[in-house]
Parts: sequence; C-alpha cells; structure tokens
Amino acid sequence: MENLQLIIPELFISIMIMFLLIFGVFKKNSSQLVYNLTTVSLVAALALIINLDAQIQSSLFNNSYNIDSLARFMKILLILSGIFVMLSSSKYIQISKISKIEYPILILCSILGMMVMISSNDLIVFYMGLELQSLALYVLASFNRDNLLSTESGLKYFVLSALSSGLLLYGCSLIYGFSETTNFNQIMVNTKEIEYGLTFGIVFILVGLAFKISAVPFHMWAPDVYQGSPTSVTVFFALLPKIAALTVFIRFLYIPFYELDDQWQMIIIFLSIASMVFGAVAAIGQKNLKRLIAYSSISHMGYALAGLSTGTTQGVQSSITYITIYLVMNLAFFSCLFMLKRNDEYYENIDDLSGLSKNHPLLSLSLLVVLFSLAGIPPLAGFFAKFYIFVAVINEKMYFLAIVGLLATVIAAFYYLRIIKIIYFDPEKEKFESKHNLGLKFTLVASTFFILAYFIYPSGIVDIISQININ
Amino acid sequence: MNFPILSSLILLPAIGALFIFFVRSSNSQYQSSKYVALFITLANFLLSLYLWIVFDKSIVDFQFVEEREWISGFINYKVGVDGISILFILLTTFITPICVITVNATIKNRLKDFLIAILILETFMIGVFCSLDLVVFYLFFEAGLIPMFLIIGIWGGERRVYSAFKFFLYTLLGSVLMLVAIISIYWITGTTDVIKLYELGIDVKYQNLLWLAFFSSFAVKTPMWPVHTWLPDAHVEAPTAGSVLLAAILLKMAGYGFIRFSLGLFPDASLYFVPLVYTLSLIAIIYTSLVALMQEDMKKLIAYSSVAHMGFVTLGIFTMTQQGIEGSIFQMISHGLVSAALFLCVGVVYDRLHTRLINRYGGLVSIMPKYAIVFMVFTLGALGLPGTSGFIGEFLVLMGAFKKNILVATIASLGVILGAAYMLWLYKRIIFGKLINEDVKKMVDLKRFEIVTLWLLVLPIIFFGFYPEPLINSIEVSVANMIDMNDLDKINKLALGD
Repeated sequence: MENLQLIIPELFISIMIMFLLIFGVFKKNSSQLVYNLTTVSLVAALALIINLDAQIQSSLFNNSYNIDSLARFMKILLILSGIFVMLSSSKYIQISKISKIEYPILILCSILGMMVMISSNDLIVFYMGLELQSLALYVLASFNRDNLLSTESGLKYFVLSALSSGLLLYGCSLIYGFSETTNFNQIMVNTKEIEYGLTFGIVFILVGLAFKISAVPFHMWAPDVYQGSPTSVTVFFALLPKIAALTVFIRFLYIPFYELDDQWQMIIIFLSIASMVFGAVAAIGQKNLKRLIAYSSISHMGYALAGLSTGTTQGVQSSITYITIYLVMNLAFFSCLFMLKRNDEYYENIDDLSGLSKNHPLLSLSLLVVLFSLAGIPPLAGFFAKFYIFVAVINEKMYFLAIVGLLATVIAAFYYLRIIKIIYFDPEKEKFESKHNLGLKFTLVASTFFILAYFIYPSGIVDIISQININ
Repeated sequence: MNFPILSSLILLPAIGALFIFFVRSSNSQYQSSKYVALFITLANFLLSLYLWIVFDKSIVDFQFVEEREWISGFINYKVGVDGISILFILLTTFITPICVITVNATIKNRLKDFLIAILILETFMIGVFCSLDLVVFYLFFEAGLIPMFLIIGIWGGERRVYSAFKFFLYTLLGSVLMLVAIISIYWITGTTDVIKLYELGIDVKYQNLLWLAFFSSFAVKTPMWPVHTWLPDAHVEAPTAGSVLLAAILLKMAGYGFIRFSLGLFPDASLYFVPLVYTLSLIAIIYTSLVALMQEDMKKLIAYSSVAHMGFVTLGIFTMTQQGIEGSIFQMISHGLVSAALFLCVGVVYDRLHTRLINRYGGLVSIMPKYAIVFMVFTLGALGLPGTSGFIGEFLVLMGAFKKNILVATIASLGVILGAAYMLWLYKRIIFGKLINEDVKKMVDLKRFEIVTLWLLVLPIIFFGFYPEPLINSIEVSVANMIDMNDLDKINKLALGD
C-alpha cells in the first residue's frame, strides 16, 4: 500500500475524471465549469508530481510500473503542456461550439493514458495506456461532428491508428514469444541472443511507435488529422502524444532492446532522415497553417529521433531537450493561430496572415520569433535544441546523419521564411480582433519569452535533464 | 580591467533597440526614436574609440578577455580583442551611426522597426568580431541573418522577396557545414575556446575536411566566385543603409573568419588549399571586374566591384605573408569605407531620380558640383589611387603575392587596371557627359546631412591613404604572431623547397 503514494497523481486524475463525468451530467449547462475544473485538477496533479522526489527510482506492481526521474520529468512536461493547451484554447472551443462537458473529460482521459504509457515497464501496461490515450483522441479528433473535415480526420485517425496498434500488438506478442516475459527488464535479460522472430518483433513495435509520433513513412495520417480536427485538438495532437510516444521510444530502446542496438539503430536512423527530409520538402507547398505545422512537426520528430539513434545517454538527453523546446515553440505557434480571429471565425490559411505586421505588430513579432526558432536560427531556443542533437550525433561520428539533418534545416528554413515573408513583406488585409482572453495571452507571452531569452541561461534545462536516469 | 567593455559594446545597441521597441509609436515620436538610435550608436563608437586608445598594441595576447560560464561544462561565453578584431569593431561602430543618419531620406515607412533592426544587427556584428569561442562566433554569425533578411525584405526594392530569400538561404546553406565542423572540433580537442585551440592545434589529418567546412561558410559570405550571385541581388534590392552595412561589415565577417579561423586553426590545410583559393580569387578579380564593366545598374556595378575587391582580400590572406595579410586587413577596412560611401552616393541620386540605371544620368557635374567632388574621391579610392586607402591595401596584397607567385600577382595586377576601367567609366557616364534627361536638371545638390555623412567617409579614406600607420601599427604584432605561431613561414619555405 505504501507504493500507492507514488501513483497519487494518476489516481487523482482518475478520480477527477469520474467525478467530473458525474458532475457534468447532473448539473445543467456546466460545460464551462467542467472545463475550468479540469484545468484546476491538472494544476493539482502537476503539484502532486512535482512533490515527488526528483531522484526517485522505484517500480510498482510487480515491476510493471516505473516511477523514476524520466517518468517524473516527462509527466511534468506533459501536464504543463496540458495546462497551457487548456488555457489557450478555452475561447476557441466556445466559439467553435464544441464546448461540451465531454471535451475536457476526454482530454483528461487521454492525459491519464499518456501518464500510464510514460511510466509503463511492461508490454501490457504500456498497451493499456496507449489504447486509453488513443481512444480518447479518436473522439477528440472528430469532436466537431457537424464539420465534414473533422469527422473525416477522426475516422482516418481511427482506422490508421488501429492498424498501427495491431502491428504494435503483433510485435509485442512476438517479443513475448521469444523472451517469455512481458516485463521490460526481463526482456533485456532474456534476449541476449538475436533471433529472427525477435528482430521482427522489434521492427513491428518500432513501426507502431513511429506511427504514433508520425515519423516518415508512417506519417500519412498527420496532415489530414491536424488540418481537420478543431484547432484546440490539433494543438493537443501536436504536443502531448509526442511526449508520451517519445518516452515510450526511449523506454523500449534503452531498456528491453538496449543490447540489440545494432538491430534497431539503422531503423531509427532511416526514420530520422526520412522524417527530416520529407517533412521539410513536403511543407513547402502547403497553404493551410495547420497542415504546414503537421509537416513541420514530422520534420521535428526526425531530429528528436536522430538524438535517440545515437544509443547514448547524451543522445537521449538531447532528444528530451529537443522535445521540451519543440513543445514551447509549437505552443507559441498555436497561440498565435488562436489569435487570428475575426467576427467569431478563425482563420488558418497562410494567406490570411498577409501584412499582419502592420495591424498587429506584437503578434507578428511573436510569430517571427517562433518561426525563426522553428527554423533553428540562433540565438533562439530552436537553434539550441538542434545544436544539442548534433553534438550528440557527431560525438558518435554519425556525420552523414548530421549533415543531412542540417541540410534539411536549410530546406525547412524556406517555408518558415515564406510565412515570415507573407507576414512582413506582403500588403495588409483586414484587421483581426485584438481582444483575447488572459490565458491565451499569458501562454503566448510566456512561450515567446522562453524562446527569445533561452540563450541567456541555456544551462537551466540542460542541467535538469542531465539529472535524468535513463537505465 | 574589471569593466566589461566588450560586453557593453555588444549589449549597448541591443538595449537601445529594446528601448526604442518599448517607446510608444506615434508619428511625432518617430523622430525621437531616431535620435535615440543615433545617440546609442555614437556612444558605442566613442566606447570603441576608447577601447582602441587603451588597447596595448605591442602585446600579442588577446586583451579585455571576458569569460563566463554559459552552457555549463561545455561552452563558455568568451570575448576578447586583438589588433585585428579591434579594427573591425571600430569599422562597425563607425559605419552604423552613418547608416542611422541616412534613414531620414531613404526609409519612408516603419522607421522604428528599421532602427531596431539596425541596432540588433550591430550587436551581432560586434559579437562576431569579439567572440573567442567557436560556438559563440557561430551564434553571432548566423543571428545576423535575421535582421538583414528583414531589412532587405521589408524596406527593399521591387524584387526584394527574391533577394532576401536568396541571401538568407545561400548563407544559411554555407554555414550549416561550419556548425558540423565546430562540433567536430569540440569532440576532437575537447574545447571550442579559440585561444586554447591556438595552443593545442588540431591534428593534421582532420584539418582538410574541417577547413573545407569553414571555407564553405566563409566563401559564401565573402562572397567568392562562384557562390557570389546572391550579393548583387541583395545589394540591388536592399535599402541604402542595408547595402552599406552589407558591403561594409557583413562581408568582412568572412575575411575576418578566414584569418582568425582558417589560418589560425588549420594552417596546414590552408597551405594545402592555397591553389584553390588563388584560383577562385583570381577568377573573382578578373571575371567580376569584366562583369562589372557591363552593368547598367549602378548598385549592381558596385556590388560586382565588391566581389572583385574581396577577391584581393582572399588572395592576400592566403599568400600567408606579413604583407599579404596586413594588406588584406587594410583592404577590408578601406573597402568597408569606400563601398559604404559609394552606396551612399548611389542612394543620394536614387532618392532624387528614383532610378539606378546609369544611362538615365549624365552631366551631373554642372548640376551637383559638391556631389561630383565627393563621388570622385570615392571613385579614386575604389580604384586604388595612391593617396587613398584603397591603394595601400591593394599594394600590400600585391607585394605579398609577388613574394609567393609572380604569375598570380601579375594576373591580380590586371584586376587593378580593370578596376580603374569600370570605376572611371561609371564616373564618366554619371558625372560627365551630356545632360539629356530633363529630370536630371531638377536635381538638387547635396543636403546638409548628406554632406556630413559623405565627408565623414572622405576623411578617413584620404587620411589612411597618406598615413596608414595607425592601422598597420595595430595589426602588425597580431599578424606577425599569427604567422609565427603557426609557422606559416616555415611551412611556406618547405612548400617553396628552400
């Protein structure tokens, strides 16, 4: 029973889900209240996690659930992003008429699923967490059910995701068959010798995971789902599942398959290069900002995978740093997107940004900072994210990966510059509304400030991340 | 010396930019933000002048070194100056206030944003010349792209978007390889601290590849033939102040980089690649001079002449002789002044007639006599007439080149003739000739602020032409030390078979 203390945050969120569900059903017109209570309970959960010992290292439930520094950090990241997503999108869901009580509850469900994924140390627990998050996400993607695109994106996500879950499950069963256990640590002990079945298992699992973080060639769902879902769900898609999937990637590669790195390294390098290059090239022709950011996040995941592919602790740490900075940049980008509102209608085409800098100098400046940072231009935070990755990659003498990655940043710079061009160089259009709710403004200011001022004290995050124990 | 004078130099413009940013914008305050910018840049100039005075020119070590932990256990923020970098800092702080003065006539909209961009750019430029850590250098080197991209793109001419993109992507593509090289250096030697790297040296077997990676970045930035094509576009479309900064300072970053990093860190590789650099430099000198002859657009002509002049610079650096390197540095400073002045001159007539086509002008001497005088000084400075600073630079470079390779020196000397040809022909077509265009007759002579800016540039060009001692004095010890330390002379002798 003593161990239950360690999963209090999870328990708390589960209880809140049930409570809010009952509360929402019995109290009429309570959608806004439930939404706010969800945000509050996320804040409470954050406090509970921070309360855990930073150097904690223990496993529960027969060693199937890990509470360690990696899980703690990633959960903090997860819930923080969750809070900011809730803060920034509250107005959006009201105006888009998707303010129902189910919405925040589904978000809580999927966050709970992700927390389970992050901590899982067992194939079954992992799969349980994955399905909990996915099922909630299917519904969220099609939440705007009167909108054709939204419904389509939900269905598409469901079909493809179910397929990938099937592959993943098949991989798990192969691993189980060849290692006689579902526990990660035991798998590592039992798989000293390489067998074909085991390799197949690894490949299937990696494919499934690659699908979840939308790495090329398993990215097809991402642009459609990003574009079709309501923007408040898109920002959720762009941030939180990536954290969970990346953590699972780290766990799989560095616990059960650690000894088999010659089996998976080439796969990860391929995924990484393909994502970096394809994400950069495919985004060039896009007209819709959400679709563009989908390709951009594909490309960014390529860089995060590049860090993982090194097989070193330093590489993992650089990936975690990368994802942290990536989260902030995307949060800032989507906050800007939420501000493109005129007469209760949101605009999401690149052309709508035309001449934005004349009417909205501050908003444009934030976008400028965010876009240059996404492009990885110093001295903004995005540069440091890439810098750490390449430091780790070059340390392993993987020059090819580093050079391809850097060339991909140049290609990617083109489409970020194109948006900046439209904002700053093109003739102006009608004004957008300049009144926004406090949460949105706070999110934008905080994230932009982080990106802009990161170079002053870059050690802060690196120090925290270097404390994380991987094995 | 406890006062962090270099960091203040770097930060002052950025603080000024912040200040201007937070001042509310209304039309009446446009003027005040201009004065703030002018005040800040002048203060920075005085500060750098003070730095030059207290700088001890007889010491070879880096001075005013500041070091702070930045990324813990990995990279330190380290700045310092030697005799070479201090001149570039002076050039930067001297040119920037002049750019600020010119905004009156050239920038019609969003003046505040323009001033912020210029000030931020100054911060980055000074940072490049001060930094003594490769990563810090890279950071400043790349960061300069952002304000320059905006300057060309927002305030540029008709094809500004194309030019801004070309400028940005070319230079970015060039420098990403440098980043790979910098990180590799860290893993090979365990540090990115330039002073430590000078002491440690880098293993010869890595040098060639690293040199090439750095070269790809500096060659684009210099720009060397055949990657120079971004420069004419960028120059033509940029507003006057942008062209001035680009020609006077941004191009010099690469020349500075060649001396500081290519020669300093990879002496063996530098020697190995001398034929490559000679060839590219000679092509740049001859070919772009010929191209310049054919230009119909004034700015394009000057842009191509910049490529040719930078060809002299790279040639001089890679002679690896005392005269050659000193000449290159002198040529860079001189070209910084002269090209800035020429772009200002183009700006003056462009503001009046709104065209840069040479054949639209002619006979300006009778309409704008004051303009004709200063323009003549700059023309002569550009073609390297004795008595102007341009002569000293070219002369020293050629001296160094004659010492090493007579054929190369002879071909380069041809470039001097071609330089005279296109500059004098340009002058003839604009200032002399018949007054055909009716609009030209309505042009007014120099206004007061134009006289001030242009004469401010005339003075150093003539002064250093007659008395180059202060500049040479400043760089002499550092260059000699650079040659000593890396045994460039010895390497030279071996290569020559003595």
